[in-house]
Amino acid sequence: MMAARQSGSILQKLVLRLPFAWLIAFFLLPFLIVLKISLSQTAIAQPPYIPVFDLAAGWHGAVTFINGLSFDNYRLLGSDPIYVLSYVKSVEIAAFSTLLLLLAGYPIAYAIARTPRRVQAVLVLLTVLPFWTSQLIRIYAWMNILQRDGPLNDILLALGLVKEPPAWLATDTAIFIGIVYSYLPFMVLPLYATLEKLDERLLEAAADLGCPRWKTFWLVTLPLSSSGIIAGVLLCFIPIIGEFVIPDLLGGSQSPMIGQTIWLEFFGNKDWPAASAVAVVLVFLLVTPIVIYQNQAMRVLARD
Amino acid sequence: MRKVSTFNLAAILVGIAFLYLPIAVLVIYSFNASRLVAVWGGWSTRWYVELLNDRPLLDAASISVRLALTSATVATILGTMAALALVRFGRFRGRLLFAAMVYAPLVMPEVITGLSLLLLFVALAADRGFWTVAIAHTTMAMCFVTVIVQSRLVDFDMSLEEAAMDLGAPPLRTFMVVTLPLIFPAIAAAWMLAFALSLDDLVIASFTTGPGATTLPIRIYSEVRLGVKPEMNAVCTIMVAVVGAAVIVASLCAKLTGVRGTPAHV
Repeated sequence: MMAARQSGSILQKLVLRLPFAWLIAFFLLPFLIVLKISLSQTAIAQPPYIPVFDLAAGWHGAVTFINGLSFDNYRLLGSDPIYVLSYVKSVEIAAFSTLLLLLAGYPIAYAIARTPRRVQAVLVLLTVLPFWTSQLIRIYAWMNILQRDGPLNDILLALGLVKEPPAWLATDTAIFIGIVYSYLPFMVLPLYATLEKLDERLLEAAADLGCPRWKTFWLVTLPLSSSGIIAGVLLCFIPIIGEFVIPDLLGGSQSPMIGQTIWLEFFGNKDWPAASAVAVVLVFLLVTPIVIYQNQAMRVLARD
Repeated sequence: MRKVSTFNLAAILVGIAFLYLPIAVLVIYSFNASRLVAVWGGWSTRWYVELLNDRPLLDAASISVRLALTSATVATILGTMAALALVRFGRFRGRLLFAAMVYAPLVMPEVITGLSLLLLFVALAADRGFWTVAIAHTTMAMCFVTVIVQSRLVDFDMSLEEAAMDLGAPPLRTFMVVTLPLIFPAIAAAWMLAFALSLDDLVIASFTTGPGATTLPIRIYSEVRLGVKPEMNAVCTIMVAVVGAAVIVASLCAKLTGVRGTPAHV
């Protein structure tokens, strides 16, 4: 490779510069534009915002541009309860459904890790396979099941558990079901990865010394799988906050999640600056758990 | 031989049932003769036949497939380049920014990726349509490609490349003859993932699309927003069948060639 680097061919440079340029053009630049528009004023125009940065205007233009920036949109976010409520709602939904995912995913991951090796591979494949089909389709499948005269209510009525068919759709319960269903592989896989490495001799040692099984689990298994728990929790929590399809198709319209609010501001109210400001705040909201995750990953790397 | 306890067996069975039953219900309902989705009217393939006459839906499907082919291919090329740069180029200038831009889209909510790209296209006064969605999907998918190819490159036995170059092979030839075949399974898996991501995406496509470029998920979404429809059960069943078959075939291929990092494990 040293020789290759010395040769420093055009091709070599291209390998770095092409993806670099692509990401600057289509990831960094767009985000800077969002940042800029979030500081602009709403206008009834196409595009519906001012000021537009005009490079041709030079230094003078830059000064006008900076003077024209306004933090009104951010003030709006603080003052209008709909934004605050949808942030709070997103965090609540994400936190509770992540807890549900952990409670549902842990026994599955644990059980898979305890099966014979050959079976493990098959079970992991079976867990991941549904993830390959479109999320839209998987959520739509639940619309079939949860509808008022759908199979879930048929079963509940047949068992005599309910007298009247309850409405599942357009409730938070439906959102939780949809989220747990969609994100289960993201929880099971990291948990499985750590539980599979767990040294069973530790469990045997605890049993030999007369430790009851629940206590072994609490004192040995759980602490040793903490890195998997953290990875699974963040892998679910972060994307759930920005979720759009699940709350839109399964949830009600009374209190939207933050992804829906951005969508609505953009497509419904055509308020691009407000949508951009909501987006910027959301990104900063997500940076915190990501930094925690990075630190955790670094610590695990350092330990291994 | 380890014994599987009753509790563990129950956890696995309930978990698998929970993952597959909804899809099974969807598939069964797609063969329901009744127009009322929840009322069973006997087995029938009438909804599949009706799909063939649904011109807008077929157009959307063809756009989606072309879109997925285009964006998966470009994303695989760019993503593989990015992975090579990250693993092989050591500490180059701007590495931190580069790495951040590669990983950030992985956790960026789709709503924000879509919104920001749309604002870019508007600022550039670009006509929105097939190509803007293709660019958006490429950007989203290339980061996944990079992560997959990168994990394969990290395990790579460098002495093979060194041997080739010691024997006088120029860098490009070494790459083509030694490196590329060895990392090919990862590249193929990454391409498949990119293809699936593009085929499945609703949110980013909704933001970046324009007239005449309605993708299949956008079409399905607008149909199912207001409730279940038997035709949609049929479309979704077809998509599940296609994706399921592709993943199983890819996993088997990977198993036969004995490589790690099959699509099922990414």
